[in-house]
Amino acid sequence: MSPHTPKPEAGAAAPAGQRGRRTGPAEFWFRFRKNKLAVAGLVVVALYTLMAIFADQLYSYDFVTENQIPNAFAGIGQKTDVDWHDAQVPHVYILGADNFGRDILGRIVHGARVSMIIGFTTIAFAVLVGGGLGAIAGYYGGSIETVIMRGTDILLAIPNILFALAIVAALGPSFQNLLLAIGVTSIPVYVRLVQAQVLTVKGQEFVEAARALGARDFRIIVFHIVPNCMAPVIVQATLGIAQSILSATALSFLGLGIQPPAPEWGNMLSDARSYITSAPHTLIFPGLAVMTVILAYNLVGDGLRDALDPKLKR
Amino acid sequence: MSEPQLSVRELVTQYVTDEEVVHAVNGISFDLAPGDSLGLVGETGAGKTTTAYSIMGLLPKPTGRIAGGAVLFEGRDLVRASEEEMRTIRGNQISMIFQDPMTSLNPIFSVGDQIAEVLEIHGTSGRSDALARAGDMLELVGIPRERMSEYPHQFSGGMKQRVVIAIALACSPKLLLADEPTTALDVTIQAQVLRMIKDLKARLNTSLILISHDLGVVAQVCDKVAIMYAGKIVEYGPMADVFKAPLHPYTEGLFNSIPRLDVDHDRLSPIKGLMPDPAQLAEGCVFAPRCPYARELCAARPPAITECRGRKVMCLMREGLVEDRMGVGDE
Repeated sequence: MSPHTPKPEAGAAAPAGQRGRRTGPAEFWFRFRKNKLAVAGLVVVALYTLMAIFADQLYSYDFVTENQIPNAFAGIGQKTDVDWHDAQVPHVYILGADNFGRDILGRIVHGARVSMIIGFTTIAFAVLVGGGLGAIAGYYGGSIETVIMRGTDILLAIPNILFALAIVAALGPSFQNLLLAIGVTSIPVYVRLVQAQVLTVKGQEFVEAARALGARDFRIIVFHIVPNCMAPVIVQATLGIAQSILSATALSFLGLGIQPPAPEWGNMLSDARSYITSAPHTLIFPGLAVMTVILAYNLVGDGLRDALDPKLKR
Repeated sequence: MSEPQLSVRELVTQYVTDEEVVHAVNGISFDLAPGDSLGLVGETGAGKTTTAYSIMGLLPKPTGRIAGGAVLFEGRDLVRASEEEMRTIRGNQISMIFQDPMTSLNPIFSVGDQIAEVLEIHGTSGRSDALARAGDMLELVGIPRERMSEYPHQFSGGMKQRVVIAIALACSPKLLLADEPTTALDVTIQAQVLRMIKDLKARLNTSLILISHDLGVVAQVCDKVAIMYAGKIVEYGPMADVFKAPLHPYTEGLFNSIPRLDVDHDRLSPIKGLMPDPAQLAEGCVFAPRCPYARELCAARPPAITECRGRKVMCLMREGLVEDRMGVGDE
């Protein structure tokens, strides 16, 4: 017997066994983990999320919205007594205080809550509405498609921030209107993305096969087409979260988002910009918060794209 | 002979676009008794797949349309059935196997779920029953039940096609349409899959329409064969008879294009020319431009379906209008 004979058998058996072990989420996590930057991004996102969830435990909301004028522009790590519930309480300003003597770290922590909620709800809204419209347009085609896609084109023709500005200006600045404005402006991207995906997926034979099995349109769209379109949508959504946090910050900066004294990163930046030379820490830390969250979401998005890309599989 | 289960009568299917009308199927008729198997053979573009899609009511919208004729399935006309009725028939009473197993399975669902899906769609069983039955179906096609939770990419091509067969047969359909089920597979797997289709067909008493461009494949599985050319059935009869002595020049041409073990060939003699453009069909016999026996009359007069030795043939030579030079001796 030739010495080579046993080898192919052993080689053929091993990969089959390996492939069998890792499927679905496990395989996805295995590939995602290889991208160290993406994992770092995920850690940062998780930290900010935890911070947002436990904001009330870390800093009292009243404390970060109440003026402490005597401590205005307290430096980083400064220890002073503050007025709190009619008493003098010792307090450490870990990241200093702003022009009203409010704790910057405290405001960043509570601002995270606003930003995380905005990031999540606006994108969830945009993905559901935009994805749904895109799937319908892509699957049915014809005049339904024309109406949806041309509508999308009109939305796309207006610059995002201008459109959001118009919505907030018309409905008045409030948290709900801010969510609505950012959510609506995020829709067109998902309509286009999902429609394009559906067009490629619906031509595939398994869709025809599903129809040959007697499946209804609804079942074909929801169970066969949409799940096969999800990879780019998930990636776009993580990038979109960063984008909508930024939009909210921009709107707040312009005075149309979260209204003072409620803490939000955008209005913190807006308040602090007058003191950029005299008290740069009032500007730097909220700026860093915005930057790190957006960077983290982008890294996670990149990692997801790599992990979900079928061309990089196996 | 028992009542035909499926009777296709004068079926005409067209694809209508703004520029032209493509005559894909031009008045074909055939009957299929329960448990029968029919092979539809022809070149690319002969209208084989369109025939299958017409039966299933799956013609691409809005271009495809059935312009005439009827498809009677157990006495019910499928051409006039509503979409709702068709849905209850598809996958349940008539199933279809597609050409390419690589793409006819959904890549993101486990094969067990995909087999169970058809059972759920037709409400024959609940979720857990459906999954149990999916396991049975997998075993029926020779795949261990344990592999139910695996995904299509973990199977080889031949195994995928067996999964597709399992899906098609899950609801014990009365009729199975197999559209080139082995074209995407290599020869050894092809034989395996064909044997399986044949076995299961016999066990489940399913009738079968097998579409193929490969006469060898049809010979392995079918009792009857219909040779299609330019949307017409040019010869239709029992498989063995057609193979032994073709009555239509096109059938003869097809056989001459295949090497035979018992004959010494220097060169094979393929059929010269190409299929006519189905958007512009000639007036007379559609095969006349390529037919080695064609006479002037052939280009002018369309042949009628003629009974000849228990077969149906569309050729003027069989109608006795043109001299028979094919050398088909009288028996």
